[in-house]
Amino acid sequence: MSSGIISAAYIAASILFILSLGGLSNQESAQRGNLFGIAGMALAIGATLIGSTPVSYTLVIALMAVGGAAGGFVAARVEMTAMPQLVAMLHSFVGLAAVLVGFASYLDPAGHFIGAEKTIHDVEIFIGILIGAITLTGSVAAFGKLQGILTSRPVLIPGRHILNLAVATACAWLGYCFVGADSINGGIWPLLAMTILALIFGIHMVLAIGGADMPVVISMLNSYSGWAAAATGFMLANDLLIVTGALVGSSGAILSYIMCRAMNRRFISVILGGFGTPKASSGTIETGGETVAVSANETAELLTSAKTVVIVPGYGMAVAHAQHPVSELVDALKTRGVTARFAIHPVAGRMPGHMNVLLAEAKVPYDSVLEMDEINGDLPTTDVVLVIGANDIVNPAAQEVPDSPIAGMPVLEVWKAATTIVLKRSMATGYAGVDNPLFYRENTRMLFGDAKQSISEVLSAL
Amino acid sequence: MIIGIPTESALGEKRVAIAPETIPRIIGLGFGVQIQSGAGEAAGFTDNDYLAGGATVAGSKEALWDTSDIIVKIRAPEQASSSQVSAEIALLNDAKTLICLIGPGQNPLLLELLSSAGVTTLAMDAVPRISRAQKLDTLSSMANIAGYRAVIEAANHFGRFFTGQITAAGKIPPAKVLVIGAGVAGLAAIGAASAMGAIVRAFDTRPEVKEQVESMGAEFLMLDFKEDGSGQGGYAKIMSEEFIAAEMQLFSEQAREVDIIITTALIPGKPAPKLIVADTARAMKVGSVIVDLAAEQGGNCELTRPGEAALIDGITVIGYTDFPSRMAAQSSLLYGNNVTHLLMDLCPEKDGQINVDMDDEVIRGMTVVKDAKITWPPPPPPPRLSAVPKAPPANGAESSAHLEGAPKKSTAQTLIALAAVVGLVLGLGVVAPPSFMGHFTVFVLAIFVGWQVVWNVTPALHTPLMSVTNAISGIIVIGALLQMGSDSRIVMFLAALALLVASINVFGGFWVTQRMLRMFRRES
Repeated sequence: MSSGIISAAYIAASILFILSLGGLSNQESAQRGNLFGIAGMALAIGATLIGSTPVSYTLVIALMAVGGAAGGFVAARVEMTAMPQLVAMLHSFVGLAAVLVGFASYLDPAGHFIGAEKTIHDVEIFIGILIGAITLTGSVAAFGKLQGILTSRPVLIPGRHILNLAVATACAWLGYCFVGADSINGGIWPLLAMTILALIFGIHMVLAIGGADMPVVISMLNSYSGWAAAATGFMLANDLLIVTGALVGSSGAILSYIMCRAMNRRFISVILGGFGTPKASSGTIETGGETVAVSANETAELLTSAKTVVIVPGYGMAVAHAQHPVSELVDALKTRGVTARFAIHPVAGRMPGHMNVLLAEAKVPYDSVLEMDEINGDLPTTDVVLVIGANDIVNPAAQEVPDSPIAGMPVLEVWKAATTIVLKRSMATGYAGVDNPLFYRENTRMLFGDAKQSISEVLSAL
Repeated sequence: MIIGIPTESALGEKRVAIAPETIPRIIGLGFGVQIQSGAGEAAGFTDNDYLAGGATVAGSKEALWDTSDIIVKIRAPEQASSSQVSAEIALLNDAKTLICLIGPGQNPLLLELLSSAGVTTLAMDAVPRISRAQKLDTLSSMANIAGYRAVIEAANHFGRFFTGQITAAGKIPPAKVLVIGAGVAGLAAIGAASAMGAIVRAFDTRPEVKEQVESMGAEFLMLDFKEDGSGQGGYAKIMSEEFIAAEMQLFSEQAREVDIIITTALIPGKPAPKLIVADTARAMKVGSVIVDLAAEQGGNCELTRPGEAALIDGITVIGYTDFPSRMAAQSSLLYGNNVTHLLMDLCPEKDGQINVDMDDEVIRGMTVVKDAKITWPPPPPPPRLSAVPKAPPANGAESSAHLEGAPKKSTAQTLIALAAVVGLVLGLGVVAPPSFMGHFTVFVLAIFVGWQVVWNVTPALHTPLMSVTNAISGIIVIGALLQMGSDSRIVMFLAALALLVASINVFGGFWVTQRMLRMFRRES
């Protein structure tokens, strides 16, 4: 088949991928968008299979069948609360594939380049493998943190900034050696050494970042996996890979930016890690007073006597798998004529949009799920706000205490509602290590206990 | 320890210190509870209700007082009994703890008696006015009931509707209610009256309660006069003469207009201020009602006869002093809840033992007799940090800039960054071969396309966005596929491995995205 037709297929695939992302602009067109993506992928793979001549079609089909079956199996069974882990795992696969393809490209005897082309090709391989390796181990570490295998607190090695700097310098020097090498045998060792350093760097970087910064980390790794694909495209001189990689890379970058803005933090300070360690809490205010605890029965009474209720879910709802009882609670309230809506903070949960997916899974209609900016204006006229497993995103200190570590972070102004009920396991501080003055407000009630159990009790009390 | 709940001996007292509903919570703290047979009857609770809650029933007054370690009641113990039954105070001794209303400021003799008997005494009416103690502030919970009941009594004696109606038989104007004093009782009265449909106005010497008054549905009457009546602990203080004159003027104007006046003005430790003089009261329309919640302290109205409802020149003046007792079931429940909260503070270990911790500000404030000594009044509380954050500092500009977060980059900085990028690209163009520049063009354009497209993605779909980008970054299979044709075994092997893992991405990513998107649904 002529290369012209393959190029045409690649262009079509690129357009389909762009349409696929464009389809996600609203819920109605989203499914169609995903189908565009699938069509683009099928077209690209089909054209490549027909255009190139693999040694064995059977092997190719078999490998794809096995990989596809594994992917489909996981995708069909994963719980929605475990979506962040799945996404982290998928990122690591892209990273791994980029590393493997990079090495294969370097070792491929068919690739003959000389002069500037060789230098550029070597640089492309080097960068592709570097990003791929960081993505690989970074994603594995993120997976470990999200799954609870690794501690979600930041792990801080003394002198870690110096260590990172040393690794970066070493990588630059190895890159210089690698590009300068004139034989494969001379180049492979700097390349391997760099790969190992990059693998270690990926783990170290993510370990130093705390659990609640995971939305940024996941978005960043998403971006990296895109850049790794783009670098692979450069080394293979394949425009489709470049386009797709760039799309994914910029998508991840935007998500990282949105997440950072939602926490009023700079991207670089998130990546350097260490946030939420005890020293960061020096700026807390003296929060005198005592909290007022309520029972499930009293909560049920407050909810039924309200006209408008807003529910603010956080990571605690995901941990407790409470989304289904919460959805039932909302249905029960609606049948009693109470207007019940959800308010979602951009960084609620462990990945962008995490809460939306959980609520969608629990059959909460998406038109009653509102963004922070949409609902903040309505909170002062709301009768009851139910905060489920969220802390920093509803902390009034962000607006009222200029030297608080979370000062300036946009928050849901739940304290303006007539009554706020906070469901919490204990009085522990949130991720940022900042005490929350909300709990001591006169119109705040605390409902202690596991979120799922508490909500079920409230439900049965209704 | 055993908590005993005696029958209230005061004449006309219908309340009981603990309602049956509250018993399990007290037992949960490790205490035993016994009740004098029939103690709850006047409030509508039978002995069986208490038994069902887990309490035991003591047959006689003596048996109860004798076998209980903690006596919880409402009214202060009787000092001398006229009948053959022994006086309550004589049944107490130094092994017992008493929790009830004492009125320590008004009853020095009672404090003397209790201290000579060595009875550890906690006064439910000496709760410090701090936010942490609100849950045991029985004066507030009783005032709330009194305010509500005042409206009910007024409605009972008022021969008309509260709410305005237009019926086939004719138009009925809504009743106009004036509430004087917007404390707990006043606010409860405002709430009850406006819920019944009346037009409610309220007056208070403390301007800061305006917002609370308006939130309850009343109009706040303002005096054109600058004087703040806020005293210590959120109570009112005595005002200047000029102020009082202006106030009286307002009341006499209002009296001509309104149908019902509810007065709740009290100043701690002083007789109630006379706000409605006889002339003002007589200026009201015939059929109007005055409810004087301050009757026990002498009344806010000159015509008030404490303890009764009197019809004076066609105007009903209600001076009952037992509003909470008239809603005995409700007030018993709230009083019992207040006591339970106190017991929780006294018994943090939940082991059924109380610890009168004099370092605890709340317990210290309420304890009026301990170790045979009078411990009232408590020392003034140490200055505390307010739970409410301080007002923003004077240099507001600086702090607001701080709160806005990272300073915006200046245009100059942006220009420099842009120039640097352009320079880099130009430099690349000088050294790189044309084939690379072709790919690079595609790369840069794709980034811009991606940037434009992804900003349009709704935040609700960010998770599906990540999973679909995961799937399409599986496009790296193309690279692996191209390398599958290689002659080198090692290249083949690496490519095969890459193909395998990237396939997981392609299939897994699209699949899970589809699964998620199918869940999003509109309200049907």
